[in-house]
Amino acid sequence: MSGIPHDHYEPKTNGEKWLHSRLPIVGLLYDTLMIPTPKNLNWMWIWGIVLTFCLALQIITGIVLVMHYTPHVDLAFASVEHIMRNVNGGYMIRYLHQNGASLFFVAVYIHIFRGLFYGSYKAPREVTWIIGMLIYLMMMGTAFMGYVLPWGQMSFWGATVITGLFGAIPFVGEAIQTWLLGGPAVDNATLNRFFSLHYLLPFIIAGLVIVHIWAFHTTGNNNPTGVEVRRTSKAEAEKDTLPFWPYFVIKDLFALAVILVVFWAIVGFMPNYLGHPDNYIEANPLVTPAHIVPEWYFLPFYAILRAFTSEVWVVQFASFITGGIIDAKFFGVLAMFGAILAMALAPWLDTSTVRSGKYRPMFKWWFYLLVIDFFALMWLGAMPAEEPYATFSLIASAYWFAYFLVILPILGVIEKPLPQPETIEEDFNAHYGKADADATPAAAPAE
Amino acid sequence: MSHAEDNEGTRRDFLYYVAGGAGVVATGAAVWPLINQMNPSADVQALSSIRVDVSGVEQGTQLTVKWLGKPVFIRHRTEAEIQAAQEQDADGVEAMPDPLARNVNLPADAPATDANRVMPSPEGEAPGAWLVQMGVCTHLGCVPLGDAGEFGGWFCPCHGSHYDLAGRIRKGPAPENLPVPPAEWTDSTTIRLG
Repeated sequence: MSGIPHDHYEPKTNGEKWLHSRLPIVGLLYDTLMIPTPKNLNWMWIWGIVLTFCLALQIITGIVLVMHYTPHVDLAFASVEHIMRNVNGGYMIRYLHQNGASLFFVAVYIHIFRGLFYGSYKAPREVTWIIGMLIYLMMMGTAFMGYVLPWGQMSFWGATVITGLFGAIPFVGEAIQTWLLGGPAVDNATLNRFFSLHYLLPFIIAGLVIVHIWAFHTTGNNNPTGVEVRRTSKAEAEKDTLPFWPYFVIKDLFALAVILVVFWAIVGFMPNYLGHPDNYIEANPLVTPAHIVPEWYFLPFYAILRAFTSEVWVVQFASFITGGIIDAKFFGVLAMFGAILAMALAPWLDTSTVRSGKYRPMFKWWFYLLVIDFFALMWLGAMPAEEPYATFSLIASAYWFAYFLVILPILGVIEKPLPQPETIEEDFNAHYGKADADATPAAAPAE
Repeated sequence: MSHAEDNEGTRRDFLYYVAGGAGVVATGAAVWPLINQMNPSADVQALSSIRVDVSGVEQGTQLTVKWLGKPVFIRHRTEAEIQAAQEQDADGVEAMPDPLARNVNLPADAPATDANRVMPSPEGEAPGAWLVQMGVCTHLGCVPLGDAGEFGGWFCPCHGSHYDLAGRIRKGPAPENLPVPPAEWTDSTTIRLG
């Protein structure tokens, strides 16, 4: 692997040498674990470990739940109740899995906004960013299908609404929708295939996570200054970095422990706080719940979906120039997926050469506004589709697009960045004092 | 391989194309069954036609039946409702969000008048007494609530679509009127759907 110069694995014993000449797997793990990591990483860089933990938690609890779950419309709801009431400790395993999804999304949103603020998406880390976006999309697909499995009212109607999005595609939409559902409406065929895919996708996500890590281990981590690690020599690189093990692993595990205290408090004392009571009513195709709300982590994009009604002039304009092919319904679907696409294209929309938002005086404020916008959309997504929420949704959706499509390209041209530190070492010493820099940290972990 | 340097490798090139083409066809043939298995199965398709006894449906009430996995609203309208629905025609069918009847029993370009939305009445009943339509919002597929909304017809709670007394979309995100399924009287009290 290219990247930052560092010590590689050297097999010492005969046994190690025997294995290494046949399969260099220990070397691969060693180099991955000992990767030089910028020593100025702050607490925003702990979410990767939290996400890895979440994926493992969901896969392990999920495999256990499948031992007791039955994917059939007549039995699914009852089998989930069976897990809750009869299976030994089943309620706790299910609550962990259910709230684990929420922790997963909390972590992924902070992780994404971390990347947006510190410019982690910029060259040469575009591939890491794109793979991250793919993981995020797959997470949403997995979470959506998982929510259908308990076969409650929200499961059924959530599935109906979301698969209805595909029906909005002109010409082929209805055929695609029928194909996805396996029939004219959400039914047993739908439940079965969602179960199958809900089990499959996490393993694809796990594969993508490995590629994600591979990509940023090739380019090296970004860091709060956005300044690259010096890599002309190993000695110089070691002034900017510390090995991942033990320094960052221990730091990350401490952060994970703190987060898990909160997580366990929620799982133990308020496990249904983030859920919806309607999902404890068995699915009924003839009655729609009074107010369908998706899970909280979908709300921002749900708000964007609903914001573009036929009264909005952009929608009318799009309908006019396409001869009615793009109607309000399809426009909403395009806007929702477009919101994620715009974010995925950030590496090419942002024209600034300065990575970190710390040194971008104007960018900072637009970024904070984007964070507020995200929470506003989340709130609006949970509100009923009426005034004044409809207008607010439209404004908030417009800002989301404006940030990526207008503000990021223009800021890079008009903004005068603040001076950046020459090296990571300089920034580190400015914060923690010169004394630390004299100790040679790389000597410690190798033993 | 030598064919990159000289131009006489045409036989080999031909073999590449044939092998490549055969590979693409074989892959497609192998993948198609895996895609097609997700389409509706034979038992699902078999449930495409049902008979509904409507003798017990009083005027001013609505029967909801499940057909093709979706609800169908069978509304027995009162004299007052019929009159009110016909008065809503005066709002201008052309100006409505969806000017078409969306009635599969009529030509596709039939205008969305109340008369084009209702079923022909059985003998001895006022025209427009029976309105049969899918209970599926044309926005994203929720079931609208009856006797609700700003136009006295149906209201979809999911995203706020208002339908009038003839099931026509009047306000909100839904693009089309509630569709009228294939329906006919087999005798004076039985409707066949599908």
